[in-house]
Amino acid sequence: MKALVFVEQRKGEFRKAAIEALCEGRRLSEGGACVAVVIGSNVNGIAGQLGGFGADKVLVADNALLENYSTEGYTAALQKAVAETSPDAVLMAATAMGRDLAPRLGARLDVPVLADVTSLTWSDGLQAVRPVYAGKVLMTVKANKKGAIATTRPKAFLPKESDGRSADVQALEFGLTEVDIKAKVKQVQSEGEDMIELTEADFVVSGGRGMKSEESFKLLDNLAKVLGGAVGASRAAVDAGWRGHSEQVGQTGKVVAPTLYIAAGISGAIQHLAGMTSSKVIVAINKDSEAPIFKIADYGIVGDVNEILPALTEEIRKLK
Amino acid sequence: MNLLVCVKHVPDTETAVRINLDDKSIQTQDVNFILNPYDEYAVEAALLLKEANGGEVTAITMGPDAAKKTLRTTLAMGADKAIHIACEHTADSGATAKCLAKAIKENDYDLIFCGKQAMDIDNAQVPVMLAEILGLPNISAINKLEVADGKATAHREFEGGVEVVETSLPAVISCHKGLNDPRYASLKGIMMAKKKPIEDSGCSCSVPDIEVVKMEYPPQRSGGKIVGEGVAAVSELVRLLHEEAKVI
Repeated sequence: MKALVFVEQRKGEFRKAAIEALCEGRRLSEGGACVAVVIGSNVNGIAGQLGGFGADKVLVADNALLENYSTEGYTAALQKAVAETSPDAVLMAATAMGRDLAPRLGARLDVPVLADVTSLTWSDGLQAVRPVYAGKVLMTVKANKKGAIATTRPKAFLPKESDGRSADVQALEFGLTEVDIKAKVKQVQSEGEDMIELTEADFVVSGGRGMKSEESFKLLDNLAKVLGGAVGASRAAVDAGWRGHSEQVGQTGKVVAPTLYIAAGISGAIQHLAGMTSSKVIVAINKDSEAPIFKIADYGIVGDVNEILPALTEEIRKLK
Repeated sequence: MNLLVCVKHVPDTETAVRINLDDKSIQTQDVNFILNPYDEYAVEAALLLKEANGGEVTAITMGPDAAKKTLRTTLAMGADKAIHIACEHTADSGATAKCLAKAIKENDYDLIFCGKQAMDIDNAQVPVMLAEILGLPNISAINKLEVADGKATAHREFEGGVEVVETSLPAVISCHKGLNDPRYASLKGIMMAKKKPIEDSGCSCSVPDIEVVKMEYPPQRSGGKIVGEGVAAVSELVRLLHEEAKVI
């Protein structure tokens, strides 16, 4: 089969989740072709390196109008890439960008979109597993049309290391003018450069109601720093105003699947579990030994987070 | 302003979901259904705009007859009227968006609001697909909104920052947590909702392009060990993470 993979970049850097999608496209299309698409401004120079992750060819839409993401501009570019390659399936990462772009492209081409999938198979059609009902059920779905699109959940697919190969780069020629883009990005407010994105972090340390205050989240910031990870929060902590919505893990927040998830002062409501049960290893710290979080955690410590977190941070620092 | 809110009737997020014997659907008996939580932000956004600029708010849903309960909730919050498309649930956003678009097409709305995703099938696709079919721009998953001079400006988060996006109207906007604090229906609102009209509309769903092959429960995580109590257990935990789990 032939796979077309949109590989998301921002400011000239490919997203980890996009590389995961590309490696999955390579795996699915084994024996067939895997074509990557890069969209942006001044991105010609970075496109070739996708060969190292398995792209046979890279199509590039390089245009000043595509510097920032826009649903309409990026859809036009991808539509052209699909027209040139007629792929059996189109993949992209289920990021903020991918989850906006895939349905627009799907509706334009009238092909089905399998959203936020955690595994993919190809057998005369694209089949996927998707968590539904907040992860309480896994649904296997099959697209009954050629050229179906799937968005891949970050960290659900293992990326490979680059083998250093370079792929041929080919420009996508298509007409795009300013008036084609009705919804335009006026400004991008970036978080700190060294911030690790929650959904891409290998280590996530989250706090809940048991943290008791905004102040004590500093303990989690310190632990995250030592681990090289990101801080998350339960809904209770976000609703209390201790952390921002963008850090919420769970059903109304983000879904994370890090190598190590540490839940501090989180009781383990079903809505929170929806956002983190796919983590590889889960550690729970809670003063209530009956807290439901212990039922799903691999390791638990019963006790006060305010005492345990600094000790844990220090122990890990010694190890590193 | 003429405002439309697309809402969905979904199982309460606390529901323990049970799969039917066909392995392709979930049991709906004895399940409490609610207005999809993300749609609450959409309803509130529309009501705030109506209060500021005048106009009318219409709520629309697709679903079984029972979904009218969710429309009543939106009417009790303050929507003026509602449209019910009698339709069984489908896992195919494309079919849903086409059917919704058909029902909407004859009306001119300045803004169409949706929740960013329905908390059942979690596709998060209908708002954008609807925009494409209607030929409108869209902004997805917003948490801040200003509407003035025939334009909407919204904030949407991405991994690593926030995009400030401006669009001409009409447009489709999907709402995320943080946009506003959705109001509760007042007793007066609930009484008035009973007299507000719900128009019945036929379903025009095409055969879905997505087939549900099966549903199953995810592998259960079994609880591991309690390493110990208090600070004394920390060094053992770190040893286990390092030597046994090999994650640090």
